[in-house]
Amino acid sequence: MSEILLETRGISKDFSSVYVLRDIDIQVVRGEILGIIGENGAGKSTLMKILSGIHTATAGEILFEGTPVQIHGPLDAKRLGISLIPQEFNLISQLTVYDNVFLGSELRLGNGLLDKKTMMARTRELLSELRVDIKPDERIEKLSTAQKQMVEICKAVSINAKLLIMDEPTTVLTQFEIDILFRLMRRLRDQGATIIYISHKLKEVKTICDRVTILRDGSVIATEPVASVTITDMAQRMVGRALNQVFPQKGTPTADVVLEVQDLTIPGVIDHVSFQLHRGEIVGLAGLVGAGRTEVAEAILGVRRAVQGRILVNGKAVEISRPVDAVANAISYLSEDRQGSGILVGFSVIKNISLVSLASYCRYVLRLILRQKERASAEAHARRFNIKAPSLDTRLEFLSGGNQQKVSLAKSIDTRPAVLIADEPTRGVDVSAKQEIYRLISGLAAEGLACLFISSEQEEVIGMCHRVLVMKQGRVMGSLEGGRITEEEIMFLATGIREGVA
Amino acid sequence: MASSGFAKLVKRFDYQKYSSFLALVVLFVVSALLSPYFTRPGNMVNILSQVSYTGMIALGMAFVIITGGIDLSVGSLVAFDSLVGVMAMNYAMGPIHSELLAVITGILAALVLGVVTGWLNGMAITLGKIAPFIVTLGTMAIFRSLALFIGNAGEIQSQSTIYGTFGLVNVLWLPVPVWVMLLLAFILDVVLNRTRYGRYLCAVGSNARVATFSAINVDRVKVIAYTITGALVAISSILLSSRFNAVSTSNTGMGYELDAIAAVIVGGTPFTGGRGTVWGTIVGAIILGIINNMLNLLGVSAYLQGTVKGLVIIGAVYIQRQRA
Repeated sequence: MSEILLETRGISKDFSSVYVLRDIDIQVVRGEILGIIGENGAGKSTLMKILSGIHTATAGEILFEGTPVQIHGPLDAKRLGISLIPQEFNLISQLTVYDNVFLGSELRLGNGLLDKKTMMARTRELLSELRVDIKPDERIEKLSTAQKQMVEICKAVSINAKLLIMDEPTTVLTQFEIDILFRLMRRLRDQGATIIYISHKLKEVKTICDRVTILRDGSVIATEPVASVTITDMAQRMVGRALNQVFPQKGTPTADVVLEVQDLTIPGVIDHVSFQLHRGEIVGLAGLVGAGRTEVAEAILGVRRAVQGRILVNGKAVEISRPVDAVANAISYLSEDRQGSGILVGFSVIKNISLVSLASYCRYVLRLILRQKERASAEAHARRFNIKAPSLDTRLEFLSGGNQQKVSLAKSIDTRPAVLIADEPTRGVDVSAKQEIYRLISGLAAEGLACLFISSEQEEVIGMCHRVLVMKQGRVMGSLEGGRITEEEIMFLATGIREGVA
Repeated sequence: MASSGFAKLVKRFDYQKYSSFLALVVLFVVSALLSPYFTRPGNMVNILSQVSYTGMIALGMAFVIITGGIDLSVGSLVAFDSLVGVMAMNYAMGPIHSELLAVITGILAALVLGVVTGWLNGMAITLGKIAPFIVTLGTMAIFRSLALFIGNAGEIQSQSTIYGTFGLVNVLWLPVPVWVMLLLAFILDVVLNRTRYGRYLCAVGSNARVATFSAINVDRVKVIAYTITGALVAISSILLSSRFNAVSTSNTGMGYELDAIAAVIVGGTPFTGGRGTVWGTIVGAIILGIINNMLNLLGVSAYLQGTVKGLVIIGAVYIQRQRA
């Protein structure tokens, strides 16, 4: 039954003469889950945008059910039965679930008004078919991230999509939610749907996919049945070289306390959080999504106002009510939300790196920016961080996620901070960029930087940190050190099965 | 589907930066062909001097638009500000016996008022967290109404003979207001491209949240932009009232907000903020000036000039949209 649903022949795409895709030939078999993996910038998302009509290919052709088709817009894709579930959801948060499911294909009564009753009933049917427990008349804004994703899937199923494309669907989900999603995907497949699953989480690809296509630098490297490749194999072919030791050697922190947080409290958000950071130490902040980790960071930075608690830098109590104050006290932040609060996508590499530290690049007379000094510093960072960009004047919107993240990190440490709060430093970043970020943070710690390392990926918390604080519902449930830092211990504390000593 | 070499060249050309200059050149050539009178030096100087008043206001407007805001109050402020300046001078003529000192008093009064009102706009927008459009729509009405009230809705003559001179004299073939506009453009271009403040201005306009996290005082950056605009309006007001040696409370500065916004947009600064150009804004102002001038030379009704201006603004934004 290996009937081919969709086939691309020689698809290429360039953006202002930079090729992002070259001669892509892929085949999607009806009723399979095809994984597409590749590093950031390998062209996965671009390829999917072409299939769903958001971009148009520069060259090549697409065959759907054996016939050549032109996909010039999302509407064409919809008509063919191709549905993309993007990384950023396309839901209107003020509207209800059923409004969103039928958005653009509303059912109407004879008099032209909306047939809300039928739409609601159809949505209820669909949701129960998917075995998802969401009320059809709930507003989107009240739903959790995982539920929103279910609504997106429901929307795709409602138009009887023959091909579902999921772009990194698990990035924002917890393990529990991922399991639900996978069960749903299998059920859809068994009902005859075809799914393209884009990810760089290889473990998940191994679990859920039937076949996998590997992209590197805009070209197809291989397509294999998942059963015949190992995860290491996939990783190596994605990166194009052998991967050695992922995490760098842990250094030895000193005894000097750089940052001390005492009794930090925001009612309902964080609850009497206290901890110390030493020079050269990397302290992990682990916990489930919503445990209050980012909130702790924001309270330290003065983005959120703590009602109680003190912050001491080098033993002295400091007043921090805005990020400006945090920077003045040598505390830097690497944001979890790269494009929302980390970098300016419209600014060049140079201008991003110097954004926080700009004062140090100004002449004494007239305070003009010394552009050569600024460029020299950016060059040094680009070399050290291995930032890949056509030029340092390239705007960040043209860089891959991994390179954007490296620029974001360079920007955070260009002020020479004593403390770095790294919030999900490797989110949305591919394997090799991840490794580089680990190496950089570890190197900075060896030079004396104290780092608060917030992460949902337990492997990296375990691999990177000297000490791990585990949070649950705004409280620090316990602190793990050395050999006690294990996945089980973290999970026990994070879920509250066991209470540790803070 | 292969694109030719020329198409690639056209693609790679940095339109954003030079399109307004290009448009100016084209417009100039077309105008010169259409009317022999157009290229006469007298006419050229005339165009420059006409656009200089709104041109300098447009420089401030560019800063405001880069932050993602807008200032609709500039036209009304020109009336209010000129009026207060001239009246302060007239009052000062009594007790102060030096006419020169009285003129300086008037100028200072206008400057202070411009700075303070610009600052107030900025504070209402940042501290009050009210949309710039709403705040300045409100102050647009307030400034005009105050001008009409104080000036009894009439025309106020300056009692000084000195005051009416500096706005008219030529220095090196060009009227003073043109030189002032060029000087201001030079200074603000340096501010925008070579100083921290200029960089922050773009950062705030591209993404205020990123700017906040990057230790930038977003509110202060915005307030300064509106204050600069207020100061530029004051300078424009002084030069304008000097030219006529009088202020008409109902007509002075009428529609200047439109001219200033149009100059900024036509000059190539995107309305969405985040980046912008000072010299482009001057070019934008000159383009609008040439269009008006040509409509006059070709005998098109003055009433239709607004239509053309409106179409040019909409067209400029449409072209920007296509490029984005």
